[in-house]
Amino acid sequence: KKVTGKRRMRQIQILYGHCLQLYTQPPLENISLVEFEQFAVDRMKLLKTVENLGVTHIKTSEDYSKKLHAEISSLNFPHRTEAVASEYEKRRKDHISHFILRLAYCQTEDLRRWFIQQEMDLFRHRFNDLSPKSKSDFLHRNSLQYETEKKSLMEKLINSSYAFSGCTVEEQDFYKVPFQDALDLVRMRKVFVKDGFAYVPHQDIVTIVLNDYRTRLSKALALTARSLPVVQSDERLQPLLSHLSHAYVGQDYSIQKNIGKISLEQIDSLSTKSFPPCMRQLHKALRDSHHLRHGGRMQYGLFLKGIGLTLDQALQFWRAEFLRGKVDADKFDKAYAYSIRHMFGKEGKRTDYTPYSCMKVILSNPPSQGDHHGCPFRHSDPELLKQKLQSYKISSGGINQILELVKGMHYQLACQKYFELTHSIDDAGFSLNHPNQYFSESQKLLTGGKEVKRELDSPRRPHAAAGSENSKAPPETPSSSNRVPQEVMDDLDSFFQEE
Amino acid sequence: MSEAACLPELLPLYYRRLFPFSQYHRWLSYGGVTKNYFQNREFSFTLKDDIYVRYQSFSNQNELEKEIQKMNPYKIDIGAVYSHRPNQHNTVKSGTFQALEKELVFDIDMTDYDDVRRCCSSADICTKCWILMTIAIRIIDRALREDFGFRHLLWVYSGRRGVHCWVCDEAARKLSVAARSAVAEYLTLVKGGEETVKKVQLSDPVHPFIKESLAVVRRYFTDYALVGQDIMGSKESMDKVVALVPDDILAALQAEKNPTKRWEKLKVIVQQKQASSKKSYYTEEEIMLQYCYPRLDVNVSKGVNHLLKSPFSVHPKTGRISVPIDLRELGQFNPFDVPTIRSVFGIFSDYKRTSLAKYVKLFDQFVEEMERSRKGELLRRTDLQKDF
Repeated sequence: KKVTGKRRMRQIQILYGHCLQLYTQPPLENISLVEFEQFAVDRMKLLKTVENLGVTHIKTSEDYSKKLHAEISSLNFPHRTEAVASEYEKRRKDHISHFILRLAYCQTEDLRRWFIQQEMDLFRHRFNDLSPKSKSDFLHRNSLQYETEKKSLMEKLINSSYAFSGCTVEEQDFYKVPFQDALDLVRMRKVFVKDGFAYVPHQDIVTIVLNDYRTRLSKALALTARSLPVVQSDERLQPLLSHLSHAYVGQDYSIQKNIGKISLEQIDSLSTKSFPPCMRQLHKALRDSHHLRHGGRMQYGLFLKGIGLTLDQALQFWRAEFLRGKVDADKFDKAYAYSIRHMFGKEGKRTDYTPYSCMKVILSNPPSQGDHHGCPFRHSDPELLKQKLQSYKISSGGINQILELVKGMHYQLACQKYFELTHSIDDAGFSLNHPNQYFSESQKLLTGGKEVKRELDSPRRPHAAAGSENSKAPPETPSSSNRVPQEVMDDLDSFFQEE
Repeated sequence: MSEAACLPELLPLYYRRLFPFSQYHRWLSYGGVTKNYFQNREFSFTLKDDIYVRYQSFSNQNELEKEIQKMNPYKIDIGAVYSHRPNQHNTVKSGTFQALEKELVFDIDMTDYDDVRRCCSSADICTKCWILMTIAIRIIDRALREDFGFRHLLWVYSGRRGVHCWVCDEAARKLSVAARSAVAEYLTLVKGGEETVKKVQLSDPVHPFIKESLAVVRRYFTDYALVGQDIMGSKESMDKVVALVPDDILAALQAEKNPTKRWEKLKVIVQQKQASSKKSYYTEEEIMLQYCYPRLDVNVSKGVNHLLKSPFSVHPKTGRISVPIDLRELGQFNPFDVPTIRSVFGIFSDYKRTSLAKYVKLFDQFVEEMERSRKGELLRRTDLQKDF
């Protein structure tokens, strides 16, 4: 539905007249698929940064603001209040990317909570960054202008010479807000309360706006989730969306770098030194019971592929272990070998056989009784996790730090902390997003950057084209071998419609 | 024979003759504006031998009456209005049975003041320390009405050592947990437990709410604290007061023999300190507040599903009936004159029989006022609709 030039200009002025918005109107235009994915991925990177900074910094500190500001600029999101053409493009990106991520993050309670938290923190930062005039402008545009109270009335009501923000009544506007909308200010007696209304000074209005934003976003996500079955039944959109919510925005380890550089004999020792806890626990479970269920085989098998095991090594490894258990050679060759070859792209036409990212491990396929896969920080009972960490000889101070992060649901940061403690360093120096990333960073540290020791026993199999067994996915973007055709864009309006 | 021992015999009579079922039902139906409001309300009963049953609910007044007259509960608690009938909560799909609304409630208990009253401790009360409840009611009632705009407040004597407040406005019933806790915190000035000596800290700028509350405290302080509790009367109690003052002034105070004059002297000393310092000293105010300001149990107010003792329930230990308090005659309220399960039936030979009549009338007026207000609101809304 192409909109004519003039009408479009007017729309742009209304929609993008301010660098900040509340995302009340869904986008109504066509965009290319490339832009669609790029916007979504960029916003995800931004929100991940918001999350990381929010845990390691005080949210109103200068350091936090500077770093977040830098990320916003580098990802091309709006941060200036000037109305220049390039700025409009950024505002448009801001607008569209928000709505795309709504589709991806409305699906579960966990996803929603995460999305709302990061969007609110982002909003708070951007709002606080505005000039006072710009703030007023924003409030007016969004009809958030709660009644401003007549100054004379205010003086009568507040019979002291100070309002509590420390400045005199004459100097600023007060907004008369129902007290239920200003709970944080009321609770701490930071505002004057009368007849069920809180009188909020201009500078504290961000708290009110944030509450409003959270309520709206929460409702919108619930509504979006309801239309989602329709969206997901469309097989053109489904892979895209499921991808976005599990999407990993870094290296996907689908292209093996260190093929054949690991020997099977090294795995036991590597598992305690360089494996992330999820893989360490899977390896131990495999060694102990000589078996792993499907979820565990997938998670661990793909990880091993990612660290450089060849298909032959993998077959040897799994076969040897399973045969120590209840499986006989015949059964292994018939049933399990197939799925291993599958992982290496030698069977069937599976599209997604890249090693699982942390997000995927944390969010999909939670383990049940008898399973050992998943993320220990997410899926283990805290008491058991504590015992496990103790058995790994982590200091009790370190364990407490990890448990605090787990309590705050920062599972990847908890794993990162585990990395720091087990490698005796203060700062991991990277943002943990992928189990294979954990492995390669660990190896980097332990071997001083040298390559992993070459395998001497079994000859290195020549691989015709190392890339051929992997998806045709270009690095840095999620595997999109199922490219979504253009006409999908035409249907987007109906999915974004709120009502 | 004690009050408690008479319960099995007298409760059945009480529930048949005196419990105001009609007004009770009218109250909790709130005009029938919301469907099933009464039917989805949780009640809990404490029966003989401490048997406690939750999730009681009733279809109408008649069922309520019959059930209570059958079970003769020693104690009745009122809970929240749920999404489904509480007595069918086991049949509801897990996760969907939820507490939706409830009155905003406050519970002020005399034991929370043990560190600042000399006359009694723990469950005991006397006319001297009862003034603390008077002060609490005045402060909280004013704040709930003037600051928060609530209008339908029912204050009830708990039957032993405290008071409850039921805020019944529609807006109050719909408050979230966060909102309830915010209101409770707004009203909290005394903070800290056993380990905290100085429980009130004031700093500039002083919020109008605190100023209003101080005005109330000042009215009562001399009579209550200086005279009644005689806090400046002995070294031991003065020690506690002086512990709240920034400087060591105990000796200077002891030099003055008259306890009331000692307080004046304390004020003078603090003023002198103030004169020579840039920062604001609120020592006098902080002491007054620590000794007199209401102490709330925030947890009672926070939870939407929290159960609280029902008005007109009988206190199992004292036998006293939880009656509404008339704020117009607050100064004259004496907890020891409140009817008990025995006195209400004239069981004492040497006391006149007490009557529940005036309390039921008070309750009736409260319910009627809400009904009048609801009608007025309805008219106002339909009037607005008619304007075009």
